[in-house]
Amino acid sequence: MRDERKLLGILGVLVAVAMVTALFSPSFVSAYNIENLLRRSALFGIIGIGASLVIITGGIDLSIGSLICLVGCLTPWLITVVGVTPWLVVPALLILATLLGMSHGMLVTRLKLQPFLVTLCGLFIYRGITRGILADNTVGFGTEGSALRALGNGRIQLPGIDGFALPAPLVILIVIAVLSWLLLNRTVWGRHLKAIGCNETAARHCGISVDRVKVGAYALCGLLTGIGGVLFVLDTGSAQPSNFGNFYELYAIAAAVLGGCSLRGGEGSIIGVLIGATLVQVLRNAIVLIDGIPDSIEFAVIGGIILIAVIADEAIRRFTAANKSMK
Amino acid sequence: MKSSGPLIEACSVTKRFGGVCAVDAVSLSIRSGEITAIIGENGAGKSTLVKLLCGVHRADEGEVRIDGQAVAMNGPADALALGIAHIPQELELCDAMSVSQNLLLGSEPIGRFGLIDEDQCLRQARNSLEKVSLDIPLDVPVRDLGHGQRQLIAIARALDGDARVLFLDEPTATLSPAETSILLEQIVAMKTAGAAIVLITHRLAEVEQVADRVMVLRDGHPVASLTGDEIERSEMVRLMVGRDLKPSEEQETTTGEVRLLIKDLTSSAHPDPIQLEVRAGERVALAGLVGAGRSELLEALFGLRNRTGVVEVDGITVPPFDAARSVEMGLALVPEERASQGLALQMTVEQNAVLPGIHRHGRTLGWLDRRAGEQVAKQLVESLDVRPAATDLAVSDLSGGNQQKVVIGKWLALHPGVLLLDEPTRGVDVGAREELHQRLMQLSKDGVAILFSSSEMEEVLALSHRVVVLHEGRITGTLTTSTTSEQQIMALATGGDPR
Repeated sequence: MRDERKLLGILGVLVAVAMVTALFSPSFVSAYNIENLLRRSALFGIIGIGASLVIITGGIDLSIGSLICLVGCLTPWLITVVGVTPWLVVPALLILATLLGMSHGMLVTRLKLQPFLVTLCGLFIYRGITRGILADNTVGFGTEGSALRALGNGRIQLPGIDGFALPAPLVILIVIAVLSWLLLNRTVWGRHLKAIGCNETAARHCGISVDRVKVGAYALCGLLTGIGGVLFVLDTGSAQPSNFGNFYELYAIAAAVLGGCSLRGGEGSIIGVLIGATLVQVLRNAIVLIDGIPDSIEFAVIGGIILIAVIADEAIRRFTAANKSMK
Repeated sequence: MKSSGPLIEACSVTKRFGGVCAVDAVSLSIRSGEITAIIGENGAGKSTLVKLLCGVHRADEGEVRIDGQAVAMNGPADALALGIAHIPQELELCDAMSVSQNLLLGSEPIGRFGLIDEDQCLRQARNSLEKVSLDIPLDVPVRDLGHGQRQLIAIARALDGDARVLFLDEPTATLSPAETSILLEQIVAMKTAGAAIVLITHRLAEVEQVADRVMVLRDGHPVASLTGDEIERSEMVRLMVGRDLKPSEEQETTTGEVRLLIKDLTSSAHPDPIQLEVRAGERVALAGLVGAGRSELLEALFGLRNRTGVVEVDGITVPPFDAARSVEMGLALVPEERASQGLALQMTVEQNAVLPGIHRHGRTLGWLDRRAGEQVAKQLVESLDVRPAATDLAVSDLSGGNQQKVVIGKWLALHPGVLLLDEPTRGVDVGAREELHQRLMQLSKDGVAILFSSSEMEEVLALSHRVVVLHEGRITGTLTTSTTSEQQIMALATGGDPR
């Protein structure tokens, strides 16, 4: 019940921010802007889901942005510079991302390292490797792989609507979201994932192989990050290793937290993450569109909104707890 | 039944923690179709013995046999696979998850497409709740339930796992009488169905009622095994206590001023208002069993736990839930868990010694007054005879007894008027214990009011002028130490009649 209230709350904030933005900037509701907003939200939604799976176990993944950089830069580099066929490049990079995620999980469970540290090292290592491979040069697709690029920047025309088309990543997100929702809420693995986040000792006492489930969560986060990395670069067409994907892990974590994930673990919903990811993108969009808000304060606004959301959540939690104990 | 041999046996198992022998060469056979009760005072080694039998701990010596075969279990999952279920005192449930999700955790039925079969889940969950006669909605999160209901859910879980042996650690400690009788009925029904049940409990009336066999432990040793008619309350109390302790000879009368006054105190752990006063020079003991609310009372007094009612130190009212103010008003609390609550283990003796009064030692612009700090630490080391007598040693390098001296000493540096101690000598060797007792007696002669809780009767009787006995958060009696006996305290602590 509390979860639903949380979702409604964050949805309310999203609607409010969107309405205010529309009021101040009519171009917010233009077909072009909506389409772009949906595209960005979808891309960040995908990596937000990945982050939330790890956060539900009580862990964290800080390497998301750098892994996006690695996958995002290697995709055009392998296709245009090395000359590998695109249909091999993408699956290979997705497998690589999954394995890297899995390695985070192994380090966390087998060596009992802290997730923060493991993935902080990942953050440095993956970006460093990418910059090394590309010698800090920007890579683009040029004329290659245009069929593939439709996955990122494709537009699916809807019959009878002009000027607006469904962005291809949105379709991919919907598929991923449905699958993740089923995984989290309808499979044994998902149930165990939540149980581990709730109370790891209890999970162990129930005979759940905690380590395997956790490694799975990190691997899936890697895979979703990889998918995000590929789609991001397919959308933009080129990538610069020194800044591609910078801070994306923080957008992903912000989406997860706004969507109701607790960093203590055990809580989180896919729908919440999607709303959270959208809210972050709407905020970024609003700052760009509304005259009078300098673009440079983007981070301050996002940080402020998250802080308010977290404080409100805590206040509501204490209020209900106090109410309950009075009874 | 294929054999009449024991289902699970402990063959002279020994377990040590640090230097302390928690369980010493204990042998025990558990048979199916029997209820075995393990009883003993706090710290007698009951829980440790059970943890050895269900794979939580590994025995240092001796072995655990199942169906006559020696087994090595690595954790609860292994034990579960062998049909051994353990329900610990601290329940292990996922609070945010629903009743049915908790009941089926780890054994969810799988339906089509590899997804969880929700209908089947609800059916099974309802079934298992029926077994423990619990009628609650299946979709509420377990954190919204009372402790008794949570206990029954943990038991229902174990029953579902087709456990052959069920270990219950203080299952009724927090249950209402109605819930208790339901639980006991269930246990008897399971026994009749052929399960082996091991009950660890302080409630001797329940043991009398259901146990077929009783093992009495004292200080880690097996002292007796009772069956049938031998299972009788006064005999069990006598065996558990074992020794005839004399109350302390020292009989100074305490007519000092009231230093600590408690009026109508209630908290989440204390449903009924508590009244108590401790005078200057007086030492009052809080006795009771695990879960009686002794630590919670001390925490509430010190401001670590919310409370209602009035607490006065030397006639001045102490605000609730404000430990910083409490310290300023002359209260000090030596907590129960030395390592986690009392000390910063990696820091030195000096750093620990100045911690409670750090803001008083270094007033100039917030800079630490290192010289004053050294002074405080040196005095602590000398006055309490901490060994080795070095102030720059990490506390973790000291023995338990010397660590405890640091915990007590850091408070004495502030000259508290009321000293609260939770298990003042837990895990401390005999010599250091004697020293600490002497020091506490000296302090009270100097006019400090001392209120301490102890699970060790010997300490209660040796150190206190009065004993306040708690049972489930309520005061069941206040006794004058010089005229009371261990049996009398135990009877009050188990909620029975002191005769």
